[in-house]
Amino acid sequence: MKANLSINGKEYSIDAPEEIPFLWAIRDIVGLTGTKFGCGVAQCGACSILVDGILVKSCSIPLSFGIGKEITTIEGTSENLEFLRKAWHEGNVPQCGYCQSGQLIAATALLDQISNPTDQEIEDAMSSNICRCGTYVRIKKAIHKAVALKNN
Amino acid sequence: MSTIQKINRRDFVKIFGLTSTGIILGCSISSDNKNFLPIADGNTFSPNLFIEIHKDGKIILISSRSEMGQGIKTSLTSAIADELEADWSYISVKQAIGHEKYGNQNTDGSRSVRTILEPMRKMGAAAKMMLISTAAKKWNISERDCKAENHYVINTKTNEKIFYGDLVELASKVEIPADETIKLKKVADFKYIGKTLKSIDLTDFTHGTAKYGMDIRIPNMKFAAIARCPVTFGTVKSVESSNAEKILGVEKVIQLDRIVPPVGQFFGALGGVAVIANNTWSAFQGKLSLNIEWNYGENQTFDTEKFKEVLTKRVHEKGKLVPGSIGNVSKAFDDASKVIEATYHVPFLVHTPMEVPNATAWFQEDKVEVWAPLQDPQTARAEIAHFFEIPIEKITVNVTFLGGGFGRKSKSDFVVEAVALSKKINAPVQVVWTREDDVKHSFYHATSVQYLKGSIDKNGLVSGWLQRVAMPSIVSSFKPMSDYASGFELGQGFTNNPYLIENFRLENVKAEAKLRIGWMRSVVHIHSGFANNSFVDELAFAAQKDPVQFHLDLIGDDRIIGGKSNHPYDSKRMKNVLNDTAKNAKWGRKLPENHGIGIAIHYSFYSYVATAVEVSLINNKVKVEHIWTTIDCGLVLNKDNVINQLEGAAIFGMSLALFGKITTKEGAVEQNNFFDYPMTRMKHAPKITVHIIDNMSKPPTGVGEPGVPLIAPAICNAIFNATGIRIRQIPLIDQGFDFE
Ligand code: FES
Ligand code: FES
Repeated sequence: MKANLSINGKEYSIDAPEEIPFLWAIRDIVGLTGTKFGCGVAQCGACSILVDGILVKSCSIPLSFGIGKEITTIEGTSENLEFLRKAWHEGNVPQCGYCQSGQLIAATALLDQISNPTDQEIEDAMSSNICRCGTYVRIKKAIHKAVALKNN
Repeated sequence: MSTIQKINRRDFVKIFGLTSTGIILGCSISSDNKNFLPIADGNTFSPNLFIEIHKDGKIILISSRSEMGQGIKTSLTSAIADELEADWSYISVKQAIGHEKYGNQNTDGSRSVRTILEPMRKMGAAAKMMLISTAAKKWNISERDCKAENHYVINTKTNEKIFYGDLVELASKVEIPADETIKLKKVADFKYIGKTLKSIDLTDFTHGTAKYGMDIRIPNMKFAAIARCPVTFGTVKSVESSNAEKILGVEKVIQLDRIVPPVGQFFGALGGVAVIANNTWSAFQGKLSLNIEWNYGENQTFDTEKFKEVLTKRVHEKGKLVPGSIGNVSKAFDDASKVIEATYHVPFLVHTPMEVPNATAWFQEDKVEVWAPLQDPQTARAEIAHFFEIPIEKITVNVTFLGGGFGRKSKSDFVVEAVALSKKINAPVQVVWTREDDVKHSFYHATSVQYLKGSIDKNGLVSGWLQRVAMPSIVSSFKPMSDYASGFELGQGFTNNPYLIENFRLENVKAEAKLRIGWMRSVVHIHSGFANNSFVDELAFAAQKDPVQFHLDLIGDDRIIGGKSNHPYDSKRMKNVLNDTAKNAKWGRKLPENHGIGIAIHYSFYSYVATAVEVSLINNKVKVEHIWTTIDCGLVLNKDNVINQLEGAAIFGMSLALFGKITTKEGAVEQNNFFDYPMTRMKHAPKITVHIIDNMSKPPTGVGEPGVPLIAPAICNAIFNATGIRIRQIPLIDQGFDFE
């Protein structure tokens, strides 16, 4: 099917199988590879994107779900995402880096909803993202740091 | 030792396909391990590490190691930058392609820093000497009146200074300093080494621009998914593919025979039925729609539950005596005031790096190019040459970023698959494993069953130690019928445990491999670390002694073993990390109600590690509250990277302690994905305190792996401390515990 998509403020017209999950449409057809595949079954969060600002696991939604909506991926930007990036750099968070696209997007969604989350709120929000390298302690710290950077 | 030489630029361009404007230094390294000699190219000098210094001051380092999250690029760059007195912001790193000229590129065994640190430093120092010599000539002064600082050479008399970039042209005409004249900096003068440096790839990691294997895109490339037999080494009997072919995007269905490795080397590939499509998802869907009948073969009867029973029975009978056993354990047991026995079990495990195995290959008439996340690109290259009969110089292997490796990506079966398919379809193709493929068709971390018997003498000290180990061997992946753990495996914490025991007997017990066996982060140390530390805790309890003091007594007198090796075992360093951890964890304090604390020590990859874990329990619900780890890994290149690695090791160790388990029924792996092979998540993550012993005068040793083996036993010991329940089998989730 033909689909017009708006991703990170840019328009794309693609032709793709109707039931293709959004993840594969952006990776293999649009060509934005920053969003990652980790499990394909909504278990790891590597494929996290924002659809009209709402956090979604793109491996588990069909392409059609994103049509007519504003999509943000790790290649995009937003105020909170930029503060988070800064905090990620300050805390030297990534190891292999592979999960970090999804972690940053999930953290952006969290700060969009709760401007100053508690530890508990961070754990609740971020526990659907797996980091096999084990950078959780740093991610948690960096989210607090991003809040601090923003408030300064 | 390193030899440094300027490279003829034309040769360089010809050999490596790089263009540049500046001087290029190449050096040839041989490591401290005799298996990893650089491969000489006929009579000509064959460098394997390179730095380019450009006229605009940019310094490019060609890194010969695969980047997989251990921050190696950053660490090694810091070594060159330090000796070169370079400004960090001018430095970038290029990943070397898989080529024998780069020396051994295998990134495992926590080896990288250990083996190439000194050559890296020497390269930097040599480049600095050349720049200084150039500046001295320009000013017409003695080199002694010059110093290098932050990308400039400074005239110490006049304070005049010249930017590195402006010296490059003339420096290229300066003699390369002789190896013996190269002086390295003193520890106290380090500017980058041992300090906190951020990963040089941060911007790529936080913007989705780091290119992993799966992100490779080549015009007209295809995507492939492969259905493999659920039973190891089973073959295709028949396939019905019409449903698959109907799926939009699917282009072809191809049968792929198993590629059998020759005895003694390589991994080959499992074979199966491949679905070629124009996008990954269609290939995955196509694969699911295949109707395949398999010949399951002889491994069909393999059932891990039964296998565990068999091994448990075997470890209760005599095994093969392992050399290195000393004294007389029977007598020690007879004379003892207390004798205790215990049997421990670790299941099969799998790596599940976040990025699944994948490779992109392009087979064109007489040459092959590959792009893949590889820990060992040279083996991949050699496999391609062997299986496809292509001259090795016609094969290029490009190493991408690795989305985690943990040992899985040092086996290049997925590359062999991609090359085979590209050859068949005559187009570039990316083979992508689904997570289910990764869980079901890996090279598994072996299971083990161990029997231990130990005695306490009248002074409350350990007098005898008998250990029987049954564990399928990694060697079985290279040599069928390898039914016992090999010497190198027993050398990972069994024959060389850190204890001083007068009567010690180790027995090797038969364990056949019915799955492909490989190595996973910290390898056999997971088994030795678990059983040894659990059993010492049991002995301490039997002797009614404090576990830390008991461990200290068991490590025994100060002594150095293997004095001639580069990394002799030093019992003082072992005790030192233990004392440090105990201090950080405030060992001996009164714990809150329902809390328990456990300790473990382990010596692996030449590093000394001690870990304390505090847990809390409410009914059967366990929360790991805090992990304290101390490491002595000699010279530290990048402090923050070591801390990050050990934090990661704690989480990795928790995953296997809490959840890790691969089982088979009728030869097929039962687990599928993260829902039934769960990982530690943020909600499980404890506080983690890492302390690094300042031991900068000792050679650097491993940091990526040594933190892993201590986590499971320390958690189990902490649970015992809290509840009196002794756990001898992991994962905990199977022992009636819960973590939500
Ligand atoms: S790939 Fe979508 S949640 Fe794992
Ligand atoms: S940084 Fe490697 S998976 Fe998270």
